[in-house]
Amino acid sequence: MALETTTMKKDPILSVEHLSMRFGGLMAINDFSFEAYRGDITALIGPNGAGKTTVFNCITGFYKPTMGMITMKQKSGKEYLLERLPDFEITKHAKVARTFQNIRMFSGLTVLENLLVAQHNKLMQASGYTVLGLLGFPAYKQASKESIELARHWLEKASLVDRADDPAGDLPYGAQRRLEIARAMCTGPELLCLDEPAAGLNPRESLALNELLRGIRAETGTSILLIEHDMSVVMEISDHVVVLEYGQKISDGNPDFVKNDPRVIAAYLGVEDEEVEEVIEQIEEIEGGQGGSKK
Amino acid sequence: MANIASTSASAGSDLTARALREAVFAGLISLGLFVLFVGLKTDQNIRNELVLNQRWGLLAIFVIVAAVGRFLMVAYIQPAMARRKAAKAEAEDVVKEETFFKRNFSKIAIAALILYPPVIVALVGVQGSLKWVDNFGVQILIYVMLAWGLNIVVGLAGLLDLGYVAFYAVGAYSYALLSTYFGLSFWILLPVAGILAAFWGMILGFPVLRLRGDYLAIVTLAFGEIIRLVLINWTEVTKGTFGVSGIAKATLFGIKFDASKDGFAALMGLPMSSAYYKIFLFYLILALALLTAYVTIRLRRMPIGRAWEALREDEIACRSLGINTVTTKLTAFATGAMFGGIAGSFFAVRQGFVSPESFVFLESAVILAIVVLGGMGSLTGIAIAAVAMIGGTEILRELSFLKAVFGPDFTPELYRMLIFGLAMVVVMVWKPRGFVGSREPTAFLRERKAISGSFTKEGHG
Ligand SMILES: Nc1ncnc2c1ncn2[C@@H]1O[C@H](COP(=O)(O)OP(=O)(O)O)[C@@H](O)[C@H]1O
Ligand SMILES: [Mg+2]
Repeated sequence: MALETTTMKKDPILSVEHLSMRFGGLMAINDFSFEAYRGDITALIGPNGAGKTTVFNCITGFYKPTMGMITMKQKSGKEYLLERLPDFEITKHAKVARTFQNIRMFSGLTVLENLLVAQHNKLMQASGYTVLGLLGFPAYKQASKESIELARHWLEKASLVDRADDPAGDLPYGAQRRLEIARAMCTGPELLCLDEPAAGLNPRESLALNELLRGIRAETGTSILLIEHDMSVVMEISDHVVVLEYGQKISDGNPDFVKNDPRVIAAYLGVEDEEVEEVIEQIEEIEGGQGGSKK
Repeated sequence: MANIASTSASAGSDLTARALREAVFAGLISLGLFVLFVGLKTDQNIRNELVLNQRWGLLAIFVIVAAVGRFLMVAYIQPAMARRKAAKAEAEDVVKEETFFKRNFSKIAIAALILYPPVIVALVGVQGSLKWVDNFGVQILIYVMLAWGLNIVVGLAGLLDLGYVAFYAVGAYSYALLSTYFGLSFWILLPVAGILAAFWGMILGFPVLRLRGDYLAIVTLAFGEIIRLVLINWTEVTKGTFGVSGIAKATLFGIKFDASKDGFAALMGLPMSSAYYKIFLFYLILALALLTAYVTIRLRRMPIGRAWEALREDEIACRSLGINTVTTKLTAFATGAMFGGIAGSFFAVRQGFVSPESFVFLESAVILAIVVLGGMGSLTGIAIAAVAMIGGTEILRELSFLKAVFGPDFTPELYRMLIFGLAMVVVMVWKPRGFVGSREPTAFLRERKAISGSFTKEGHG
């Protein structure tokens, strides 16, 4: 039972093969391969500096990998080689959206405007690349109304409707995280990549986030790939966990399998910085959970 | 009861006493400071001997100004400021009721501008109106239009452009050269000048796309200089520093503004005066400026305008949302340049003469200063700033009474830049985000709330 292999039969939406990324003399990612399956919440975990964010940046085109192949397979069967696309086309055509580890809001725009910016490409087309819209053609007005409705929908999901007309920079931290996710969803993605969405959230905000993520998956069937530091969050919501350490994969499977994997436990204990205590705590927590399930 | 009254009364007299004391100190200090600098002056007489001039009157003025200034500061200004601060803190939560004037400011301003020429003519006569319509009206409106054009690049897209005057030059020379060599009419060349300037905006845009902040500013500055140097050195076409003169005037539906018998004045049965042409130019530049404002307002509500503002806020986030930042930046450069070009061709038709001298870096700096002073992104603020800066410098030419104060050698124009700089420093200290620091959202769900300037970013190039 520990060696979970049922996921192998699933349909992969993203396959990363032999990915390597070198910064000067540092091999940040070394021959890393994994697959994310359609409809799953896949978690990429690992100690600080393991290279998780770098993997995301390669997937979303912000870095060009030194080696390797990243394939995105859409529902329609269309395939994109992401390492060959410029970053904005990855969102536009391949339908991969992302958030950032340190939140990137348009802080001077309102919450609603943030979500409208995310619908840029759709609205550009509706406005005839601005020309028809400037002349007041009705098609743009209609599209504009629809875009506000879509924004309202995601604001409701993220429980941000009350703050829709406030500047995004005025929101509390947890709300900004949810807004960033809602904004990414407004691009209409098939794969949503979240970089440490739960970092810095208080327990209540964490709960709201989990709800939002589950809601997204249940409603749109969007596959989610998330980086997480907090093991308890990962174990609760993910279907599939990949563990990275020093740029290499050390474990891959369902949450139960991963948290019992001695290599994972060692990796988390092996962290040498000031976070040791935190990690020990997390592992104890996991082991506590394990004991409970064994009963 | 009596106690309270007496304390407040004694507080008042305390204040005056303190103010008097400080005024005396200030006077003494300035006396000590200036007695040698101002009170005594060494000069050479005709025989090259050193003589000591005594200027006790001037010294007295210095001392009195310091003492009276200090008295007013302590007795009135400081308490007033403290009161205002307290009142402001109290009124913080009270929602400000906007006055009728404030709400309809732009409509009232447009109406006032349309009525401006007839009112001036009625007040000072046809001939007397020349100065007010041309020097003040047209001059200010040209800068309003230029600043609104630059606002698209700097205020909305957050790309610092120090060479905006280049597009103004391209527009001016496009009209000057195409009308002299090919005899094309103003109304055809107006859009042509805009398109040519937009084209040059793209040309500038391509190499600077990868640059940000300071680097972008320097390259745009260099671009402005290149255009000017080309205009100076390409003498076969542009006649170099001599400039192009005798540029054809604009016509109104084919009616010329000259002394001929089918000219405007003759047709209307009016005595011939160049003022009619100036009034016509006033309405023309007013229409062009309003077109700029209208297009800017419309564009802000379009996806492209929102993308510009998003680009100013965070470029990486833009790319993560599938926005092509290259084309977005290029369109911002091109749109801003187009309005600069149109303003340029208007400038050429108004002056009847263009030379590279009109397109120096200082012009770019003034236009940028207007945008920053007005509040980046705010059309109203920028218009106010243009009136203050350009109108202010024009008024400085008029202030001949200053000669009475500073002596007959004083030429107010020479102090223009000094006063100009001082005013900018004062305004930026007083309102760091410009006259209008808040931003109007382009869409809303429930209510439109202005966004405080503390949330918006200036862009990073
Ligand atoms: N742009 C970069 N240039 C140089 N080194 C980088 C760069 N980005 C990441 N790294 C290095 O790669 C390693 C992995 O970083 P990162 O992917 O951010 O880790 P994680 O997100 O797992 O904490 C770190 O050692 C980091 O210093
Ligand atoms: Mg990271």
